[in-house]
Amino acid sequence: MSTVTSEARPSWKRRIWAWLGSVERPTQAIERFSYQEDEEIDRPFNWAQLRRLLTYIGPYRGLAAAATAVTMVGSAMGLVRPLILLRTIDRGIGGHNQGLLDRYALAYLATYLLGWAAAGMQMRLTTRLGQSILARLRHHLFGHIQTLSLDFFDSRPAGNVLVRVSNDVNALGDLFTNGIVNLLTNVFLLVGIIVVMLILQWKLALASFVTIPLLIVLSTQVRKRIRLGWQAVRRRLSRINAHLNEAISGIRVTQAFTREDENQTFFSVINDRYYRTWMNTMRWSGMFGPMVNLTGAIGVAIVFAYGSTLVREDLASVALIIAFIQYVGLFWQPISLLGGLYNSLLQAMASSERIFQFLDFRPAVASPPGAPELPPITGAITFEHVSFAYAADRKALDDVSFEVRPGENIALVGHTGAGKTTVINLLSRFYDPTAGRILVDGYDLQSVALPSLRRQMSVVLQETFLFSGTIRENLRYGRLDATDQEIEDAAHAIGADGFICALPQGFDTGVGERGGLLSVGQRQLLSFVRALLADPRVLILDEATSSIDTQTELVIQHALERLLAGRTSFVVAHRLSTIQRADRIMVFDHGQIAEMGTHQSLLDHDGLYASLIRAQFRFLEGGPLGTRG
Amino acid sequence: MWVFRQLRPYYVPYLRTLTVALTLLGLFTAMTLLTPYITRALINSVLENHHWSELWPLVLALPLLSLTSGVVNFAQQYLNQDFSQKCTLRLRAALYARLQAHGFDYYDHEHTGNLMQRVTGDVEAWRTFWTQGMGEAATFTFNIVLGLVVMVTLNGRLTLFTVLLLPFLTISVMRLDRAMRPAYSRIRQSMSDLQTVVQENITGVRTVKSFAREDYALRVFETRNLAYMQYNVEAAILQSRYIPLIQLIGNLGAVMLLWYGGMEVIHGRMSLGTMVAFFGLLGYLTGPIQQLGFLVNLFAQAFASGQRLIEILETPDIVTNRPGAKELSPLEAKGDVRFEHVSFHYTESSDRLALSDVCLHAKPGMVVGLLGRTGAGKSTLVNLIPRFYDVQQGQVLVDGRDVRDWTLESLRRQIGIVPGDTFLFSASIFENISYGRHDAKLDDVRRAASLAQADGFIMELPDQYETTVGERGLGLSGGQRQRIALARAILYDPSILILDDATSSVDLETEYEIQTALERVMQGRTTFIIGHRISSLRRADEILVLDGGRIVDRGRHEDLVRRDGLYRDVFQLQFQGARG
Ligand SMILES: Nc1ncnc2c1ncn2[C@@H]1O[C@H](COP(=O)(O)OP(=O)(O)OP(=O)(O)O)[C@@H](O)[C@H]1O
Ligand SMILES: Nc1ncnc2c1ncn2[C@@H]1O[C@H](COP(=O)(O)OP(=O)(O)OP(=O)(O)O)[C@@H](O)[C@H]1O
Ligand SMILES: [Mg+2]
Repeated sequence: MSTVTSEARPSWKRRIWAWLGSVERPTQAIERFSYQEDEEIDRPFNWAQLRRLLTYIGPYRGLAAAATAVTMVGSAMGLVRPLILLRTIDRGIGGHNQGLLDRYALAYLATYLLGWAAAGMQMRLTTRLGQSILARLRHHLFGHIQTLSLDFFDSRPAGNVLVRVSNDVNALGDLFTNGIVNLLTNVFLLVGIIVVMLILQWKLALASFVTIPLLIVLSTQVRKRIRLGWQAVRRRLSRINAHLNEAISGIRVTQAFTREDENQTFFSVINDRYYRTWMNTMRWSGMFGPMVNLTGAIGVAIVFAYGSTLVREDLASVALIIAFIQYVGLFWQPISLLGGLYNSLLQAMASSERIFQFLDFRPAVASPPGAPELPPITGAITFEHVSFAYAADRKALDDVSFEVRPGENIALVGHTGAGKTTVINLLSRFYDPTAGRILVDGYDLQSVALPSLRRQMSVVLQETFLFSGTIRENLRYGRLDATDQEIEDAAHAIGADGFICALPQGFDTGVGERGGLLSVGQRQLLSFVRALLADPRVLILDEATSSIDTQTELVIQHALERLLAGRTSFVVAHRLSTIQRADRIMVFDHGQIAEMGTHQSLLDHDGLYASLIRAQFRFLEGGPLGTRG
Repeated sequence: MWVFRQLRPYYVPYLRTLTVALTLLGLFTAMTLLTPYITRALINSVLENHHWSELWPLVLALPLLSLTSGVVNFAQQYLNQDFSQKCTLRLRAALYARLQAHGFDYYDHEHTGNLMQRVTGDVEAWRTFWTQGMGEAATFTFNIVLGLVVMVTLNGRLTLFTVLLLPFLTISVMRLDRAMRPAYSRIRQSMSDLQTVVQENITGVRTVKSFAREDYALRVFETRNLAYMQYNVEAAILQSRYIPLIQLIGNLGAVMLLWYGGMEVIHGRMSLGTMVAFFGLLGYLTGPIQQLGFLVNLFAQAFASGQRLIEILETPDIVTNRPGAKELSPLEAKGDVRFEHVSFHYTESSDRLALSDVCLHAKPGMVVGLLGRTGAGKSTLVNLIPRFYDVQQGQVLVDGRDVRDWTLESLRRQIGIVPGDTFLFSASIFENISYGRHDAKLDDVRRAASLAQADGFIMELPDQYETTVGERGLGLSGGQRQRIALARAILYDPSILILDDATSSVDLETEYEIQTALERVMQGRTTFIIGHRISSLRRADEILVLDGGRIVDRGRHEDLVRRDGLYRDVFQLQFQGARG
């Protein structure tokens, strides 16, 4: 039971522990943004994970072996030097033999020259090794992320993903460049030193090893805290980065709404938290080195204490003691290096944990192994009792069934949020239905190879995305082998060449990030051309002309009639001028098909569609809105 | 060095911590230098001359010394980390502030991926320099100075030998530094390029997938990935030329010591103990010299990264507060907007005008509609009102005063804009709607959402207003996103409201409801509505028809449908089928 006084005046010991253990207090800042955080991983050192990490060395085994060999030559030189020193002192200096001294000095020089050559080679080899492994890991990670389906991306800010591919992979750089090689050579060195010491004077050797268990016991105490500390640091940093990424991409909104000051406050909170987490970790991390040194000093003390008795009893020469001290010094060097290595290993493990978490993520949408290619399709599409929910218990589509004949033009209409885009998401297999199936030409979507399906369908997404690069590059994205002429023809057919040619560099004008240097409608036009260029069997347009003016839209429609003769198309639109030409109109309401038919038949039916259309005429009633009206 | 001069504000305030840390480091170095003295005494007097009684005090001194120096070392390290972390804290905050302040024109030409790499990777390189670099540099200096002092006291002539090597060292180090700087610039740049590819392929993942271009993306990625690797390897090759050489030069000292020192001992001019102590000391000299190459690397990296950070910090903003700019007080703002012969172009050259000679006057409370072909300049026109860009000719006036004579913040505070491409943050819907109004209560937010016809669907969501929407509003339909952006502008309570094609993804019925609701909102506010649908513009007090950056026609709906022109064409196209 702690009394009041001891509460008020904690002992020194307690104060120190409190300082070391102080977990950052949650700050009272309002959480303005929410970024999914990785949960704290408090598992002991994970050997399986390390082994998995090491498999990345696989193809570079030869390189790794060469690097290790060269490094070992360098360390072996370090091992030999005290021996030469011992001989020099014993025989050359002790024996007053100038000739021997000269020879030993030359040998000594030779070890350094060899070490010099080895060091240069080591640097080149280890960097090549480390960078190759990193490049491979990065390739693997990015390639894997590319295969993941949209549920993965829906739930993560881009900044989080970005950080894994760059920062987390780079954090492994140390480990792969020097870590593994150093580990091997240091272990080799350590064993070598132990052997040499044992041969020289086994009793003295054993005495100087006494402190090793001490080191092990001490360091295990500290290690766990260091590991958890680094994990926390990484988490904090990833939060900072996620926010930065979003702050940059949303900058225009921030400035329009003069939110700069508050964002700055938010940022300083997370920035500050990172600082404090780091410093907390440092408290433990910083102890490691001094602890190793202390045990080293104890070792030297023992050599002297015990060595002097040996010298007294004439069991050892003074030169031997001198050599031993050199060896003990050498001996602690690899140990403290291994300690440092362990530290960077812990940091690396924190990063690799996060990398593997991504690599272990399985795509929700994937074709079964060995799925057959979808042969060229005619474009017959069937929805059989399809239901879908993005998140459990909120159905976006509810038991939707329909059949589309090859070459039919279908318009999807309905209130916003009715499920039109969802139909399109399922059709292009961005998601799989929760119930029911979708057939294309009689093939179940889930049974065929995904790329062969998507290649035959083109979607113009509701949200336009252009890559930074030129207009030409962006259009060619639709078909990589399209010639310049084909690209220009496609743009011409859609009526996009007018504005393109007015640009300073025409088709070679850069569009900026996300197409920011173009008007919204121009971006949409380009993504339209891009989709057409892909020459799809099925064209899907999700409000693809919502930001395009009516005249251009008319041009597009005439072009489509020509270009898409005989192909199936789905069009989501709110503008009557776009909808009314469709062969068939499906009206969606709360995830279900409410009505289906031609424009005229639906108008006659006088249901949801008729009221949607009539809304247009309601705008014509009444006068201007402003005060002058 | 100019990089370090420019970045002074980000480390000078903390130099006191660094000074304490470095002082402690000096103390630590001095303490470790005592060890050779003890060792010498142990060898000379105890082992050689058999003064056994001195053994224990000397032996115990060793761990004791290590313990005290360990404590000093810990404190030194801790303070050093504290220093460098504080520097980065400040630097990151400054970068963030600059990034928030940079105008639209800056972001038109900078890549998110590139900027991200700077605020993460480059900041990290800068920090590493201060953490490890300063420590190493100080250790180096202390060791050399103290080591030399001790050596001179032990044996002057022997010291001379070691000093001879220093010029060679200096030359190699300078060469290394010169070679490494451009190498690190290349590495940094290629990392940025890599980052940009990743970033784009993640944000555009739907596009990548819909064209089944995963393989292509991976190929593009791979070329940059390999370039980055290649630059790293090249840097290593450069390093491998100099760093081992620097180490070798340091080590030659040891060889000379052995040879010359050995002769001195043979001739009885020096004791064996002194020579061994010298060897110990030489370690203190050559150890840091071995690190010298590494130190140079850190420096070169910091230089390359610092340069890239300065680019963010020092790029001037074009759109800033003019001296003497006045505050536009919310109480007095009326929302009167005038364009007087405004011409504007985005690029340097003025031969591609985005707007030319635009005149308009929107009186307080008026609704102005804008119609025009894609790329006609509608968004450009409205973007000039909140000064997202500044005009090159003519002037834009708000409440009778040039917008450049209002302070930027107070001006923007009066303008609510719903941009053509919706951006939502990874935050709750509540946060997103109250983005410009941090003091808003749930009731206010709900009221704004109701006016934007968004309350209905939000209340159907599992967590209602607390639902987190993903980056860019994933998890909502296009129309739902637009309505949240609309609610955000309504809640902002501006005197000028700009709707840039804000209902393009909303069905006609909902749009009608929004418009009816907006009637109340628009009372007493000047409103600009950009739209392609006649329905959106129909009830404006004045409709401006833009073509190629010029106003080609203007009037009310009733007037314009009667005149031959763009407006009537559009009207007929949109309404002809429906009557049948
Ligand atoms: N990625 C997602 N995660 C969770 N819910 C989603 C997601 N995308 C859409 N939803 C929800 O599913 C429902 C149907 O959305 P959908 O995008 O299909 O509507 P829509 O008919 O295309 O509307 P709009 O015309 O506004 O684009 C909406 O309630 C929406 O909030
Ligand atoms: N940031 C920019 N840098 C350079 N040029 C630009 C930039 N933004 C727009 N432009 C160009 O200026 C012209 C006018 O663009 P603006 O965005 O004003 O068109 P808009 O009338 O709003 O078109 P839309 O209806 O498609 O949105 C276009 O030709 C466009 O390519
Ligand atoms: Mg949609």
